Amino acid sequence: MNESSSINSKEPAIIDINNLCLTFETQTEPVHALSDINLQVNSGDFVSLIGPSGCGKTTLLRVIADLEKPTSGSISVEGKTPNQARLDRAYGYVFQTPALLPWRNIEANIHLPLEMSGYSKDEQKSLSNQYLSLVGLSGFEKKYPWQLSGGMQQRVSIARALSFDPDMLLMDEPFGALDEITRDRLNEELLRLWEQTKKTVVFVTHSIPEAVFLSSKIVVMSARPGKIINVIETNFPKDRNLDIRESKEFLKVSQLVREGLKEGHSDGS
Amino acid sequence: MEANRLFSILIGGTIGPVVILVTAIIMIWYAGAVYLNSSFLIDRYEKNNIEWTFSQLASDSWSMERPVLPSPHQIAKELKKTIWDKKITSPRSLVFHSRVTLSSAMVGFVMGTFLGIVLSVGIVYVPALDRTLMPWIITSQTIPILAIAPMIVVVLGSMGIIGLVPKAMISTYLCFFPVVVGMVKGLRSPSILLVDLMNSYSASKVEVFWKLRLPASLPYLFASLKVAIALSVVGAIVAELPAGAQGGLGARLLSGSYYGQTSLIWAALITASVISATLVTIVGRMERAVNNRMGLQI
Amino acid sequence: MNFLAIIRSRPLSGLLCLIFSIASFISLQLNVINDYALNPFIVIIIAIVSLIFFVIRQQGLFLLSICFVALFSGAWSVLNLIHSFDKSVVMGLDAWLLVSALWFLTWNNLVQLSALKTKNKLIELSLTIIIPVLFGAWIFFLWEVITIGMSVPQVLLPAPSLIWQVFDGFGATLFADFYQTFVRSAIPGFIMGSGTGFLVAIAADKIPFLRRGLIPIGNFFSAIPIIGMAPIMIMWFGFDWQSKAAVVAIMTFFPMMVNTLSGLNETDRIDRDLLHTYASSYWRELFSLRLPNAMPFILNALKINSTFAMIGAIVAEFFGTPIVGMGFRISAEVGRMNIDIVWATIAVAAVTGSMFYGVFALLERKLTFWHPSMRKS
Repeated sequence: MNESSSINSKEPAIIDINNLCLTFETQTEPVHALSDINLQVNSGDFVSLIGPSGCGKTTLLRVIADLEKPTSGSISVEGKTPNQARLDRAYGYVFQTPALLPWRNIEANIHLPLEMSGYSKDEQKSLSNQYLSLVGLSGFEKKYPWQLSGGMQQRVSIARALSFDPDMLLMDEPFGALDEITRDRLNEELLRLWEQTKKTVVFVTHSIPEAVFLSSKIVVMSARPGKIINVIETNFPKDRNLDIRESKEFLKVSQLVREGLKEGHSDGS
Repeated sequence: MEANRLFSILIGGTIGPVVILVTAIIMIWYAGAVYLNSSFLIDRYEKNNIEWTFSQLASDSWSMERPVLPSPHQIAKELKKTIWDKKITSPRSLVFHSRVTLSSAMVGFVMGTFLGIVLSVGIVYVPALDRTLMPWIITSQTIPILAIAPMIVVVLGSMGIIGLVPKAMISTYLCFFPVVVGMVKGLRSPSILLVDLMNSYSASKVEVFWKLRLPASLPYLFASLKVAIALSVVGAIVAELPAGAQGGLGARLLSGSYYGQTSLIWAALITASVISATLVTIVGRMERAVNNRMGLQI
Repeated sequence: MNFLAIIRSRPLSGLLCLIFSIASFISLQLNVINDYALNPFIVIIIAIVSLIFFVIRQQGLFLLSICFVALFSGAWSVLNLIHSFDKSVVMGLDAWLLVSALWFLTWNNLVQLSALKTKNKLIELSLTIIIPVLFGAWIFFLWEVITIGMSVPQVLLPAPSLIWQVFDGFGATLFADFYQTFVRSAIPGFIMGSGTGFLVAIAADKIPFLRRGLIPIGNFFSAIPIIGMAPIMIMWFGFDWQSKAAVVAIMTFFPMMVNTLSGLNETDRIDRDLLHTYASSYWRELFSLRLPNAMPFILNALKINSTFAMIGAIVAEFFGTPIVGMGFRISAEVGRMNIDIVWATIAVAAVTGSMFYGVFALLERKLTFWHPSMRKS
């Protein structure tokens, strides 16, 4: 299955990672956070990175975002170095916590990246309106982050990541801290957003149903050293809703992911 | 490789930068001594028609009798003279003066802490006290109390209260504010969850106080005590400023400024700083021990 | 006994007020020879009000306002009485008993007001003002009554009314002192010290070497009695305001530096990563993220410094000044035993200090409304 991902695509991959390794030097011994990673992500893909904690899935996302530097191997993002891609503001990043600035109201929080990209005040205003309504938060512009629920805050942070129209969305367990009901709803919303905006999404999670439900491609990872065990492609209709989780196909893919995780576990220890 | 390591020790830790910065300060001090003392010296050279060189100017300005800014080694000499060479009972000994200041600071600190704790317990348990006293305690922090300290000493003196007590009262007054504020916060710090737990054991108010509120307030108490102990020293020194005080570092500062003996002032100041810093460090150590005991890592 | 049970269920302060006002009335009747006597009518009113309060447990706003009126008329009559005294007369037992009765009535009032629960924000706000003000007014009243009623020598403690009189005849001098100490010494020193402390903190934050060195040194300096630098500063900068401003500048430098540094270090890793993903410049990050984040710390330093500035300027003047300034006034008039002028100067210092502090407390509310510690209240 590993090969199919790169063979099918005609265009060059938007993210191209080859033989990438990352080692953290600690006082006791070096930690191999990522070891020999090969991954191609195509434009319009929704890729989930799944694995146990400590498998380096967040680290891999941070390498793509140029928040960490690889020790060896090569990585290109949109044909550029990650650093250049970051300077060109190629991606919007959504963190585990909303990371909204408490002294800025919702609107001003969305303006933050826009200010840095040099948009005019009017453009900032119209963009924040547009993306707030996209995530269903029209009317909350003047509220402050701490006046909103956790789920609403995370929706604001997604709107913020989309607001400057980057090609990619990098999401690091964005719904991990939310309750399951909110999480399900936001999953459906995210899928709708992906379909509407045609962004490429790289999504880190440790929830199997979430990964299977959202993704067009699931990357299963294992810990110590962090490496890719398996890449599973799914083929669900784009306008799917949560009911699909009852379907046979869904359960089959879930089973595949679970087996991959188990295999990685026995490998690791 | 070795040079690299040395460099990282110098730059990397805390000690290296501190040593380098302190050395820099001492060097600036020497330069400043030349700068501040030079105009007087140059005047004197010109009056006596003496040819002078810069090195002579520097060495002269570092060994003047009454310099505007004494050089560090002159202060060190003064410190040695007044700490080791004089008998401790002599009024010229800094040890004698330090003891005077330290004793009133300590008495004030103990009384202030006690008063602060008593008041904070009252404020936490009596709603009327909370609403009447707390605003005034906060307001009184904004009033420059220290500025009227010498006057209080004089007034108390005219009532026949002299010696250690009035000075200790100033320190008490300065100390109790941070203790009250910190302790009120601390006594109220246990979460509702823990109070409910105590209630589920049908604990009495007294038991909740001794077993929950008081232990929970200890980290806050020690944080306040660190502030309070530094204030108690400042209070004692300022209370020694009115003319006629028999001893103490404050009196020493004042007599130094009357007679223009700068090295005497600096010596007193450095002694006060060392005392104050030592006391704060001791309380800081106790704070760390308490916090460790309570499983807090700060 | 039923009666005892009733007494137990009532607040003690109400009972004490009742007992003391009756005692005051009796002592008033026995003490016929005294020229200076309370108005018996007022004493009876106080007794009646305390009886009402003792009987009725639930005291609404209406009853409390009646209580206020009684309190004020009681206090007024006591003040009238003591101000009609000749110098040597000491206040009689009847009046002291009434003062005690008034105190218990006040305390009862304070307890009742503190226990009031209301959802109306305006009433809540006025309560938070009225309760401490009532208490403060009581302290001033007691001060006045004790100093005049017991003919305390003026040298020890002058009555508030006497201190107030100083502002009439001596106002111009007090203003000149205020101008010298606050406007010319404290403010420039405050601005210099806080300003350089802030800038050094920014520089130290940018250069890790400086930061690691400056934090321990700053902590050491904030423990030492910097006020002792005053005689040295006078030697360097002369007797006028410059030396005082220098003392204030040194005193305010370290709190600002230490606070700003720890404020700048407070920034969450995740927020810095966020700005990093936007490829933000150092300055952008400083102004959009780290400085706003450090604002609570900076304002805290400004609040601390506002009191330090007043203290520094006044105490530095004890070591020598031209013949103007609040510190000079205090030390000079203490020497001449003009304690009323000293207290008037202290009053000016207290009001100035509180207002200076208040400015930054208000600014803190305005600028750091988003901080959790501000949101709760």
